[in-house]
Amino acid sequence: MTERPQAVVIGASAGAVQALLKVLPALPATYPIPILVVVHVPSDRDNALVGLFADKCLLKVKEAEEKEPALGGTIYFAPSDYHLLVEQDGTLSLSSDEPVHHSRPAIDVLFQSAADAWGEALAGIILTGANHDGAAGLRAIVEAGGAAIVEDPASAEMPAMPLAALASCPGAKRLGLESIHSYLLELVEK
Amino acid sequence: MQGSVEDIEIDLLLEAIYQFYHYDFRHYARASIKRRLLQARDRMGFSSFSAMQEKLLHDPAMLPGLLNYLTVQVSEMFRDPSYFRALREKVVPHLKTYPSLKLWVAGCSNGEELYSLAILLREEGLNRRAMIYATDINPDALQAAEAGVYPLDQIRKFTENHQKSGARSSLSDYYTADYGRAVFDKRLRERVVFSDHSLVTDAVFAEMHLISCRNVLIYFDRELQDRAIGLFHESLARKGFLGLGSKESLRFSGQAAGFSDFVREEKIYQRRDLS
Repeated sequence: MTERPQAVVIGASAGAVQALLKVLPALPATYPIPILVVVHVPSDRDNALVGLFADKCLLKVKEAEEKEPALGGTIYFAPSDYHLLVEQDGTLSLSSDEPVHHSRPAIDVLFQSAADAWGEALAGIILTGANHDGAAGLRAIVEAGGAAIVEDPASAEMPAMPLAALASCPGAKRLGLESIHSYLLELVEK
Repeated sequence: MQGSVEDIEIDLLLEAIYQFYHYDFRHYARASIKRRLLQARDRMGFSSFSAMQEKLLHDPAMLPGLLNYLTVQVSEMFRDPSYFRALREKVVPHLKTYPSLKLWVAGCSNGEELYSLAILLREEGLNRRAMIYATDINPDALQAAEAGVYPLDQIRKFTENHQKSGARSSLSDYYTADYGRAVFDKRLRERVVFSDHSLVTDAVFAEMHLISCRNVLIYFDRELQDRAIGLFHESLARKGFLGLGSKESLRFSGQAAGFSDFVREEKIYQRRDLS
């Protein structure tokens, strides 16, 4: 990645809330690029993540809506029971296509479409989780020239998802949660 | 930008499908259609979309398989039970004032939503006066909807949803289990007309009292969404109802003025006529 990225995508599963609480809340309200987040949540439960993080974050937090443009200063969570995708023009789409890795939303679906839309101007981050979702998506980001970051499996609450992501992207940066927070800050200082 | 050859190939493929077969996916939201096309390409064993296009143009037998990748929706009966509860509690009392009713399930796919509505109508005592039109562009899906057979392992979820929708009967009253499949009672479709219809290219249906079209519009681009919503407006009787999926909305549509919120949180709208 050569220039400042246009967006950050984050995927997390089991242990997601605790991990994201170490990464997102202290980001400044002026953070200039959009952050798109997929967390695996049970499909029949209302998505409580938005309320939780809206209370804790300096940035604006909302549920992603179809056709809205992804804007800086905002964290978008995928709604439960829908996949979140990015269109070529940087607007957001939702789909109720079949689950991927038994999950809807799926991290792979967001990451692959975001890689397609933003190419090298994208950073993808895989956090804690007990499955393999996100490994193929992170690879798509690497192949498009974007940056790949994986939570250090040694300190992740659930190492399986970071390990799978590292297996498919051996060159990914391996960072602890505090370092991921710092990385996000440095990313936009370029 | 990387991938642009592929994007050109997709444009050409969609154009070919439209020109030769008259199925128009050109204004579908691109990220999803691309994902589905990639899946189709890989599973059908083509090395490129160009190779796929050549075969498709010379072998019509390939079309149904591809349509299944591009259109089929996995759904559930009574998906989003609160939507069906709102229909039951808020919309049904209005429907009861009409001596005869017409309902349209637009984009019925394999029929889960259709049977949910048919059961709800029966529970509310409206089935004898209601005709339901169930439409889709995919002939295989229409056939599946007409058959009304679902894997038995889905029934638990369907039953749970049905109960949460304010059920007045048991879902098991409506199907028989048979070799791992649940076969739904054919009486539920006595007054159902199945029909091939495209929201992209076809014209209006007349005088509907309720149109339910859930998780179809999210696959369309803005222009196509506006066309479909305009079609719904024209197809509705005065004060007719339109139900959309939980993440769909008329808010940003050019057609928004033609509707008022009826049950806002469930995306149920009512046709408004400016007098």
